[in-house]
Amino acid sequence: MPHKQPKLNLSPKVSDEVRKTTCYMCACRCGIDVHMKSGKVAYIEGNRDHPVNKGVLCAKGSAGIMQHNAPARLRAPLKRVGPRGSGEFEEISWDEALDIATGWLEPIRRDNPEKLAFFTGRDQSQSFTSFWAQNFGTPNYAAHGGFCSVNMAAAGIYTMGGAFWEFGQPDWDHTKLFMLFGVAEDHDSNPIKMGLGKIKARGARVIGVNPIRTGYNAVADDWVGITPGTDGLFIMALIHCLMKAGKIDLDYLARFTNAPCLVNSDEKSPEYGLLLRDADGKELVIDRTTGKVAPFDQKGVRPDLAATHRAAGVTHRPVMHLMAERYLSDEYAPEAVADRTGISATRIRAIASELARVAFDEAFELDHAWTDFRGEHHTKMTGRPVSFHAMRGISAHANGFQTCRALHVLQIILGTVEVPGGFRFKPPYPKPATAHPKPHCKTTCNGPLDGPHLGFVQGPEDLALKPDGTPARIDKAFTWDNPMSAHGLMHMVISNAHAGDPYKIDTLFMYMANMAWNSSMNTRGVIDMLTDTDDNGDYVIPRIIYSDAYSSEMVAYADLILPDTTYLERHDCISLLDRPICEADAAADAIRWPVVEPDRNVRGFQSVLCDLGARLKLPGFVTEDGEQKYADYADYIINHERRPGIGPLAGWRTGEQGLTSGRGAPNASQIDNYIENGGFFVEHIPQGANYYKPWNMAYQDWAVGMGLFDKPLPYLFSLYVEPMRRFQLAAEGHGDRQPPDHLRERIRRTMDPLPIWYDPAGDNRGDDYPITALTQRPMAMYHSWGGQNAWLRQLHGHNPLYLPPNLMRKHDLKDGNWATVTSPHGEITVPVLEMAALNPNTVWTWNAIGKRKGAWALDKDAPEATKGFLLNHLIHELLPPKGDGLRWANSDPITGQAAWFDLKVRIAKAVSHDQSKPVMEPIKSPVGTGPDKLAWKVGE
Amino acid sequence: MTQLPAKTDRKLGLVIDLDTCVGCHACVISCKGWNTENYGAPLSDQDPYGAAPSGTFLNRVHSYEVQPLATSSKVQPPAQLIHFPKSCLHCEDAPCVTVCPTGASYKRAEDGIVLVNESDCIGCGLCAWACPYGAREKDEAEGVMKKCTLCVDRIYNENLEEIDRVPTCVRTCPSGARHFGDFADPDSHVSRLTAERGGIDLMPEMGTKPVNKYLPPRPKDALPEIDVLAPYLAPVDDSPGGFLGWLDKTLEKL
Amino acid sequence: MHPAPSVIIFTTFSGLGFGLLAWLGLGYPSVTGVSAFAFFTIAYVFAVGGLMASAFHLGRPERAMKAFTQWRTSWLSREAVVSVAALLVMGIYAIGTVFFDTALPLVGAFGAVLSLLTVFTTSMIYTQLKTVPRWHSPLTPVMFLALSIAGGALLAGEITAAVVLLALAGAVLLATWIHGDGAFARSGTTLATATGLGHIGTPRAFEPPHTGTNYLLREMVFVVGRKHGIKLRIIAFILAIILPVILLLIPFSHWLAGIAVFSHIAGVLVTRWLFFAQAEHVVGLYYGKR
Repeated sequence: MPHKQPKLNLSPKVSDEVRKTTCYMCACRCGIDVHMKSGKVAYIEGNRDHPVNKGVLCAKGSAGIMQHNAPARLRAPLKRVGPRGSGEFEEISWDEALDIATGWLEPIRRDNPEKLAFFTGRDQSQSFTSFWAQNFGTPNYAAHGGFCSVNMAAAGIYTMGGAFWEFGQPDWDHTKLFMLFGVAEDHDSNPIKMGLGKIKARGARVIGVNPIRTGYNAVADDWVGITPGTDGLFIMALIHCLMKAGKIDLDYLARFTNAPCLVNSDEKSPEYGLLLRDADGKELVIDRTTGKVAPFDQKGVRPDLAATHRAAGVTHRPVMHLMAERYLSDEYAPEAVADRTGISATRIRAIASELARVAFDEAFELDHAWTDFRGEHHTKMTGRPVSFHAMRGISAHANGFQTCRALHVLQIILGTVEVPGGFRFKPPYPKPATAHPKPHCKTTCNGPLDGPHLGFVQGPEDLALKPDGTPARIDKAFTWDNPMSAHGLMHMVISNAHAGDPYKIDTLFMYMANMAWNSSMNTRGVIDMLTDTDDNGDYVIPRIIYSDAYSSEMVAYADLILPDTTYLERHDCISLLDRPICEADAAADAIRWPVVEPDRNVRGFQSVLCDLGARLKLPGFVTEDGEQKYADYADYIINHERRPGIGPLAGWRTGEQGLTSGRGAPNASQIDNYIENGGFFVEHIPQGANYYKPWNMAYQDWAVGMGLFDKPLPYLFSLYVEPMRRFQLAAEGHGDRQPPDHLRERIRRTMDPLPIWYDPAGDNRGDDYPITALTQRPMAMYHSWGGQNAWLRQLHGHNPLYLPPNLMRKHDLKDGNWATVTSPHGEITVPVLEMAALNPNTVWTWNAIGKRKGAWALDKDAPEATKGFLLNHLIHELLPPKGDGLRWANSDPITGQAAWFDLKVRIAKAVSHDQSKPVMEPIKSPVGTGPDKLAWKVGE
Repeated sequence: MTQLPAKTDRKLGLVIDLDTCVGCHACVISCKGWNTENYGAPLSDQDPYGAAPSGTFLNRVHSYEVQPLATSSKVQPPAQLIHFPKSCLHCEDAPCVTVCPTGASYKRAEDGIVLVNESDCIGCGLCAWACPYGAREKDEAEGVMKKCTLCVDRIYNENLEEIDRVPTCVRTCPSGARHFGDFADPDSHVSRLTAERGGIDLMPEMGTKPVNKYLPPRPKDALPEIDVLAPYLAPVDDSPGGFLGWLDKTLEKL
Repeated sequence: MHPAPSVIIFTTFSGLGFGLLAWLGLGYPSVTGVSAFAFFTIAYVFAVGGLMASAFHLGRPERAMKAFTQWRTSWLSREAVVSVAALLVMGIYAIGTVFFDTALPLVGAFGAVLSLLTVFTTSMIYTQLKTVPRWHSPLTPVMFLALSIAGGALLAGEITAAVVLLALAGAVLLATWIHGDGAFARSGTTLATATGLGHIGTPRAFEPPHTGTNYLLREMVFVVGRKHGIKLRIIAFILAIILPVILLLIPFSHWLAGIAVFSHIAGVLVTRWLFFAQAEHVVGLYYGKR
């Protein structure tokens, strides 16, 4: 009998139609092709033309169909009828919901706008939500950056006008050595995977520095299993080795950084440590050709890194001197840091040597001519093919800001920023801190705030303080506690509001922020604060409005729920005004549009804000005759102008001669133009303008043309961050605005204008709790809570605590045993598994797998709710008491970034359990639970 | 018929690069999505929102930890973690095909793809027993055996652009760790990769002659540890103030 | 392998049923009329019942007829074909003895051969699987046939033969167990060959692909504790072999013979549970489970 086979239809119809929009399963914002059959979503794949993902798509993206159809979707506006936390709600109409919200918010705006705290979590419309908050007039607005990666972002902006991820990326096509620090699977996840693929295909080297060898570190050619929290020390040892060996790019440092800028070195001067400037405020350098001081940007100046300058009896030394003094010190020698970092001195040297070898011996040139801001013409671009990336891993420590600074300094001394093969900015970056707004906090009853909430302080005068010196913001951002808190401190809002410190609020309004669960430190404590009542039996936080698309844990704690749509049912803009999707070679932005209409009584949150804004008569949301200005978010996206000619979307604007990019009047069919183009807009940077951007006049002019800024803004990288010195000066007693006495010493110590390292372990009682406990999100769930997703939850339905072999042996543990994990704040009991590729004093787990019983439309016996657990129960928003009568925040003293990764614990073997502890009581699901079978096929 | 074809014209399959796979599960879910909507019955999930969710997947990513042995130069080599995607290997001598009692399982003569004709499948599961790799799963809702089709409904699909005529796992893989092609052609991308990188068979002792090849991880943690006087790190000048002197000299030369 | 009741019942009862049919076909005992009817009823209930039980293992039992087509390559298909042939041929023989008081010795002998062939094809379904080293051995068909023939003798009331054959089957059973215990290790398949990572060092399964279970784990990974396994083997051996032999050796009574039969069936059920439960599929290696 011969082989026989059936005849197959090898060309079945794939879909009726492909609708191209932007993914929202995480923060990557990839382009997706949504295949439709009979009006339903049939299949989602990556958009090949899209600048972010070029066709690829991660697990989350492909699982979007399960997110879009999840039974956990909220169905209608809800009004709480049971006590907070019970999950008892009744469905109400949108009219009623908006009436309630208006009734609550109108008096606040009239009498005291600061009584509204409006915070957004995984919001991708921050330029819009902040615009709304600004027009409402409350100073209390921020998104989730404060508990995410503000240290990285702020350190990057202050140092060099941008950081990683949305600010820039390695030059994947040219880099030959890529060094990755800490948990970084999160931000820019697909582009980094694509980049790693390119590097690997070329056989280039990847070095991973991470206590845990998973994900990207698993494919790294060399893994450095560093002791958590010591990255800064390790980086400074690398800087030490490189400087000592002269393996630094002196030409680059002299031309493009403030290494030659002159620093007042007179300890008695009130300007001690500040940069010498001319009458126009320009930093001065010594010109090697003349030996005289000159403004840094003067035509033909050759800044000197070595000479000092004496004027008016005060010696001024170039920043380079201070760098040499600091980093050539034996304090940073590999031998001195080896024990603390857990990396041998020879290994540190090996890595420093490899950095030097690749940066200098493998340097190459591109034949791209360019002209710098001093008017000097260059015929070539020198490539230094070393690049770096880091995000939350090194950020989420109390020393994170300085550590991130150190990493940026390392890149800069190697001369690898904005050069071929190195790290490259993405428009609208580079943009120095001085080009960003400063924080604004001045309220007016029935009026808007005096400016944008968030920004970059340049000194004590920019802090958000009331005239009496108390914090103007509920989260105490931009105060002496954390002066450079550029993203706010969302993680402190609930505890501050509960404590009435700095003041009491009336309404807490949140969007996409699961503060009653995985997004808060001290989950149990936050739940108690949300449900706490005063002597009259009224809630201490009187009113809570929450908007989310899904039945998250936070829903149960709100009084009014405004149900959002799924990401396939909404308009959005991923805007150049906000956090765009640009590439190093191009400016780009994108939209979401309703590829399907909601089948429930839900509305896009931003459209609801357009409506609510009009009901509240917010300027910017009503026309001159008091009518609603924007019918919905799409209307806003098309017609809003932030500055004349500059709107949320840069593509297909109306120019004098037809459609144009960047600057232009609104275009009524702009969204249709985007849809026709696949949901995005991209404008490439001309060759010759695409490297050396901060100093490259061709780029600067292009950026002005695009409307990224209004005039060329060339600037120097700040190895030395002068604004930090201004805070130190205040702490030393100079100036009018003075810190409270209890903070003086800390400000002096931590706000060093050159990167330093200090050990956060002591504050976390590292002596009694010697093990660091870390979390990371699995790649299949990053920035996407995922538990409601039937496909993704099968990948990660519960989470063990991973222990290194030495700790398994020490505590007599075997795979599947249970252990009690104790921190100074709390205790959990969880299952353990062994992992050898792990730092010997570190344990870790996947974050936010654990769910509350009753949430996310899951069965109450779902593994997420029984075996899954959160480390959040062990982490407090405050440090353990030090015995000084004060409670200090568990955050970076410079930016206020939540120090999630400073968690110190003890481990002990526990008897076996059937559930992880603590066991929290179930909440009632407002949406029921999902079906018990799934076979999702929409086609024939 | 369950007899294997005497010869296949082409040998289509995958190269999976274990040096590059970051273990993101993108291929797993993309596969789930495409094959739920396309070839045959949807890949079902039982108890999808409950206590024991379990569904049909045609591609799963394992992970393995390997502890290298100590050597004189590396006394304590760090353990390695390898992500390991696994789906049907489309074996030349596919035991899953010959055990099939109904003829539902077959290997295509033109390209070697191993498929299940679901309308003939009785769901006896013997093919899954015969497969050493765990490449076949019974769909609990449909009662038939499901397996990787190498996206046979994509790779020749004239409704797709030519560039998209690859398995969905390959198209979606962010790190480019999956490659699709014809192993019968020695000049194909997959054949060259296999030759260059020493691609291997899984469980060669089973005699299944898998078409899919795995590229082993490149040697890791091989950066030589060096001493202070290594060429790249020799101090410019150890004397006090020497660094500044060096600065001056070097700047002069620029 | 998952010890599914359907396959345990199937292999146990079809083995006994076809074993009995083989004896009947050869004229042991030489019965006609009502007593032939009784014997054939038992044989057919066991054989057909066993086959029907196996259908519970199918995802789509309504398509079972398709399983008759692939006899050239598939042992399962061969089993289907041969079992039906055996049942048909033995049916003719049975009709002769029950209704016409006529034994057709050639038909009977042919039926007997087909019956044993059925047992052999059943055993080959397992034996052929390289993926289950414990099964992949000539001892597997020997064991299936030995138990089938001995059990058939017992059911047929062929006391002397039964005693001898049970003892032989016991020996085979012991040999199967002892040989099978080392089979996985001897197969040479390890996580290192499964992953190709052995050149780096010793691989160990880390995170499974999914945190929950799946078809492969449910179907092919089953862990029996070592002590538990030994205990069950002792129980199985006593019930299937020792007790029936003792009961047959003491002076005959229908009661004792009945108990011997029940004991044997119970024992074989336990051996079959162990046959599946102790069989380790190589796919378990990928999951760090054997």
